[in-house]
Amino acid sequence: METNGEHANGVVMSAFGRMLWRHGGEPGMLIPLLQAAQDSCGYIPPMAIEQIAMATGVPAAEVYGVITFYKQFRLRPLGRHVIRACKGTACHVQGAEMICRTLEEELGIRQGETSEDGLFTFLEVACLGCCSLAPVVMIGEQAYGRLTPQGLRRILRSFRRKPGGDA
Amino acid sequence: MQAVMVGLGSCGIAAGGLAVQRRFQELLGPGDAGVTLKETGCIGLCHREVLVEIVEDGQRRTLYGEMAPDRVDRIVADHLRGGRVVEEWVVDREGLLAGQKRIVLRNCGEIAPSSIEEYRTRGGYLALSRAVTAMTPGEVIEAVADSGLRGRGGAGFPTGTKWRLAQAAKAERKFIICNADEGDPGAFMDRSVLEGDPHSVLEGMAIAGYAIGAGEGIVYVRAEYPLAIRRLREAVASAREVGLLGPHLFDSGFSFSIRLKEGAGAFVCGEETALIASIEGRRGMPRVRPPFPTEAGLWGFPTCINNVETFANVPWILAHGAGAFRSCGTGNSKGTKVFALAGKIRRGGLVEVPMGTTIDEVVYGIGGGTVSGGPFKAVQMGGPSGGCIPASLGGTPIDYEQITATGAIMGSGGMVVMDDSTCMVDVARFFLNFTQNESCGKCTFCRIGTKRMLEILERICAGGGKPEDVNTLAELGEQIRMSSLCGLGQTAPNPVLTTLRYFHDEYEAHIRDRKCPAKVCLALVEFGIDPGKCTGCGLCVRACDAGAISGRSKEAHRIDGSRCVRCGKCLTVCRFDAVRKG
Repeated sequence: METNGEHANGVVMSAFGRMLWRHGGEPGMLIPLLQAAQDSCGYIPPMAIEQIAMATGVPAAEVYGVITFYKQFRLRPLGRHVIRACKGTACHVQGAEMICRTLEEELGIRQGETSEDGLFTFLEVACLGCCSLAPVVMIGEQAYGRLTPQGLRRILRSFRRKPGGDA
Repeated sequence: MQAVMVGLGSCGIAAGGLAVQRRFQELLGPGDAGVTLKETGCIGLCHREVLVEIVEDGQRRTLYGEMAPDRVDRIVADHLRGGRVVEEWVVDREGLLAGQKRIVLRNCGEIAPSSIEEYRTRGGYLALSRAVTAMTPGEVIEAVADSGLRGRGGAGFPTGTKWRLAQAAKAERKFIICNADEGDPGAFMDRSVLEGDPHSVLEGMAIAGYAIGAGEGIVYVRAEYPLAIRRLREAVASAREVGLLGPHLFDSGFSFSIRLKEGAGAFVCGEETALIASIEGRRGMPRVRPPFPTEAGLWGFPTCINNVETFANVPWILAHGAGAFRSCGTGNSKGTKVFALAGKIRRGGLVEVPMGTTIDEVVYGIGGGTVSGGPFKAVQMGGPSGGCIPASLGGTPIDYEQITATGAIMGSGGMVVMDDSTCMVDVARFFLNFTQNESCGKCTFCRIGTKRMLEILERICAGGGKPEDVNTLAELGEQIRMSSLCGLGQTAPNPVLTTLRYFHDEYEAHIRDRKCPAKVCLALVEFGIDPGKCTGCGLCVRACDAGAISGRSKEAHRIDGSRCVRCGKCLTVCRFDAVRKG
């Protein structure tokens, strides 16, 4: 067995696998393990739940209970671009409602859903912390502020235009 | 010697700061040997972002605002190389920071957050060294108690008292936890401190550890703050490298290490027992207290949990003395408070003011008044646990007890300014929607009661309000308050109760007259088309599901009020701003 953790019995391990192997038995590791699984796969697949249950000794049903309690965890994969519309107080007061309606119309989905073509997932989030730029939407890591429905449409079009759907 | 500091807190980045930084990198070459390009955190003047400050010979400072990549060229040519300040882009730093006293934000926007050297040059870690080498734990607690520092997370519990309780508890292991789960929508004070001056928090935690006898510290930071997490990790690593964290600090018997734990998206985990449950890997549901965390907290051991802002105050208090901290503030509320000023305010951003400053002074003096220029209608303080303070009480000084007397709470620092275009019933609905969503579900009254209150408010905003609704809301609110285990449920009714108290007329307008004076509740608004702006493009006709819009091509269209279902779609599709709310 290699000491750098990359290979254990000839199997290549991801960061999630390494954490499971090295720290799985320690107390308090459940949430970090779930986060690592999601970082690796984009969501938490059923296989990961089983592996985590085995490594931590926490029954799978309880693991499932923790997953469904926290907003961060997903049991289904996301679209290529994740759109986070801020529904914080400052954004609300500056027209976030209109922005969310525009998103619903343009993408044909409601919050929490992924578009048919798998391009966009639309999530409403509590506060992105960029209140002076309200209303704000984040697409991937990029924040777009002082949005109007028109401006938002332009941005969505630019994402759709590029081949492969990347802006 | 010229230092170019680009403001790259999360909001600076959101405003396009990285592109500005890149342009500087592209332009500066070997010929600009005396110039160093640095990144810094948020100085708080968010309304003027992207901010770039040029510091010459350590003294002469010029702050440029609204920077964009295409402006960088001129700054480099005229100012850096030519020695001429570009006056028209200068921001009046002194003027905008007037009225503020920066204790917590002392280093934000001034230093490169990842540089422990710069933190130490400004006195960082001297307080910790003094505490560990020249003071007893009891003396440290005395100093914090004397200062009058109260928990800045919102509850305002005296910090010295909490530390005393934790110190008195006997156990072989104790913990310090920093609550960095800043969940109030509209609050970004903690995020800015973590991004702009992480060492101040780490130092505060280490001092607390020394005071209560804890060797382990954990920062519980919400996952939605990736930049803060990164800066914290860098700060912990660099502090460890130079022996300011780790075993035997300053060659003493005191060892202190800090770990990071990321939250997973649950507002309720800002409540201390829910936070502890989350660290332990469980669902974040609060439990009954007593026992309090200072007695039995994480893994059953005595735990002292404080907010980011509380810890950031500690090194300053030890360095300058309790008396200096007490010298500003009111009778019971000493020191300063950081606020995230947002909403309908001209100069939004982070401000830090001495306790005792009035709300009017913050909104009009520091904030520059409302965007529209008219008076504000209300100021929302305390997030979903807080309330809306009407303009008539604008003279209220910022002080824990006096704010509480208005029906709101000090809270963690979110201050959202509202004017005539804000519907107070909608605000109550908005907050209740939030708390209802975030309720952990343990307590029946919180779980079901908030849902019922929300249903009533939604019905009112949709035009179905009944005369008895106001009484029902008040009654439900009281019951939920009394029957909830934790702060979330206990304070969830506050936004409704304060708006009922101060804006009763808006509720009446919605319920009795089926009208929304602020024109926010679309179901209670009349839609019309401005013939002066309408180009007759017909987009709205296609968007309208009710077939309520008609008109000939290239001619002004009309909306038939009797068919209009007030969905607002036409408003979102019109490119000419021709749809009017009346």
